[in-house]
Amino acid sequence: MSATSSHLSVSIDAELGPFSLQATLEVGAEPMALVGPNGSGKTSLLLAILGLIKLERGRIVLGDEVLVDKDRGIERPTEDRHLAYLPQDFGLFPHLTAIENVAFALACSSPPKNRKERRAQAMTWLDRFGLGSLANRNPAQLSGGERQRIALARALASSPKAILLDEPTASLDIEARVEVRAFLAESIRSLGLPTILVTHDVMDVEALAGRVAVLEKGRVVGCGLPADIRKSPPTPFASKFLSTPASEGVVSIPDPVIDGQFRHN
Amino acid sequence: MVGLGGTLLLFLVLPFVALLLDGGPDSILRGLGCALTWPAMRLSLGTSLTSVGLVVLGGTPLAWWLARSRWRSARWLEILLQLPVVIPPAVGGIALLLAFGRRGLFGGVLERLGWSPAFSSIAVVMAQVFVSAPFYMQAAVQAFGRLDRNLLAVGRSLGASPPRLFFRVALPLARPWLIGGAAMTWARALGEFGATLMFAGNMTGKTQTLPLAIYTALELDIHTAQALSLLLVAFAFALLLFLRRFNRNLEVSRKTAMP
Repeated sequence: MSATSSHLSVSIDAELGPFSLQATLEVGAEPMALVGPNGSGKTSLLLAILGLIKLERGRIVLGDEVLVDKDRGIERPTEDRHLAYLPQDFGLFPHLTAIENVAFALACSSPPKNRKERRAQAMTWLDRFGLGSLANRNPAQLSGGERQRIALARALASSPKAILLDEPTASLDIEARVEVRAFLAESIRSLGLPTILVTHDVMDVEALAGRVAVLEKGRVVGCGLPADIRKSPPTPFASKFLSTPASEGVVSIPDPVIDGQFRHN
Repeated sequence: MVGLGGTLLLFLVLPFVALLLDGGPDSILRGLGCALTWPAMRLSLGTSLTSVGLVVLGGTPLAWWLARSRWRSARWLEILLQLPVVIPPAVGGIALLLAFGRRGLFGGVLERLGWSPAFSSIAVVMAQVFVSAPFYMQAAVQAFGRLDRNLLAVGRSLGASPPRLFFRVALPLARPWLIGGAAMTWARALGEFGATLMFAGNMTGKTQTLPLAIYTALELDIHTAQALSLLLVAFAFALLLFLRRFNRNLEVSRKTAMP
């Protein structure tokens, strides 16, 4: 996990039904927190970067690779974008054990390895995250914090070039939240990859993010250091969000993803 | 209220009682020894299993596509695919004859290719596939539609190609429902009568499946028809038990698989 410096540049335009998503983001080595009220398009923005939402216009550049350039007809499929995506419920495959989940990511990467090599390598990943003893457990037998860590190990095993986290702590209980937050903060820092995290929890922002982008009805209405956003909040939401005393009891509701917008091809 | 319910219950149960008891075991055994029985049994098993195989082979990718398609026509196609469930099988038989019969719409083309499916064992399979496919299709479209889209998104973000996503994620997760759908399809194929009679005819050893053999046996000896019917009832009962057991296991595995 060597620190590399890369850059994710996103400029997209998509129709979401109730409103259009028109967002521009520049993410460097400092993790970017995406905040905004429910339905402001935070999750949709992540899905758009992943290539799971149809774009009207857009240009997404990751490092020196152009992932999307609608003007030039470039639109890489999701599986070719090298993005680690961790949804709120972590997205572990319930029919695979922890080690098989990690090996899944290895099997997708090229050059193809044989089963034995994949298992050995998956085990290395699990060990690195202190999860070796859980290798043969099913996701249902794991705690929220353990699932989160396995999901991250699996995502990193696919050698991503950027990380997208959707409410990484929302579905955890309070104790696990503190633990996972510390773990994520350390992992993200040591990776140094462009990282975007959607969150409803000001604690996540403080622990994990260097910068904050405020989303409102599909537009980025403010972007900067948390302190700057706090000083001159662009929206009432941002003001309320960042002035909320750091609490562990924030109740969050996932953004509704507009039905039919989600695509896999 | 109790009287009405009880009457319906009696009405539904009594025919099975009669089927089981009438004439006694000797006449049933004699009926099973009838010359129609074994050819019909062999043909029924062979054709119905072939039909299920074909339906699963074609229906699985079609359902996967339908479940994920955002194309408006896909919804209409789903409705169209359910049509054979609600139309009388005889209508299905006529439709098949008009399409693939010797003088049917595509019959001429097929005949020039030296192949005429009507009134052959292949026609039996065609009739069965036609009437039974919707049962599998419905189960499969629902199973694929219910899959957690986040899992599919994560799978692709990890670099899984669409075929890999299908075989390693979608198919294993949908499998219990696919098996349930295939079982219902098999039951329907095995019981197929109307479309088979019209499109394939009623020839012993060639197109005479068990339901058609029952129809023929009725003219010879009712106890033969009874014996053949009991064979089908036994099969259906076993299938229901399997599905119940299977669904219960499904409930359990779903509860443990989902946090």
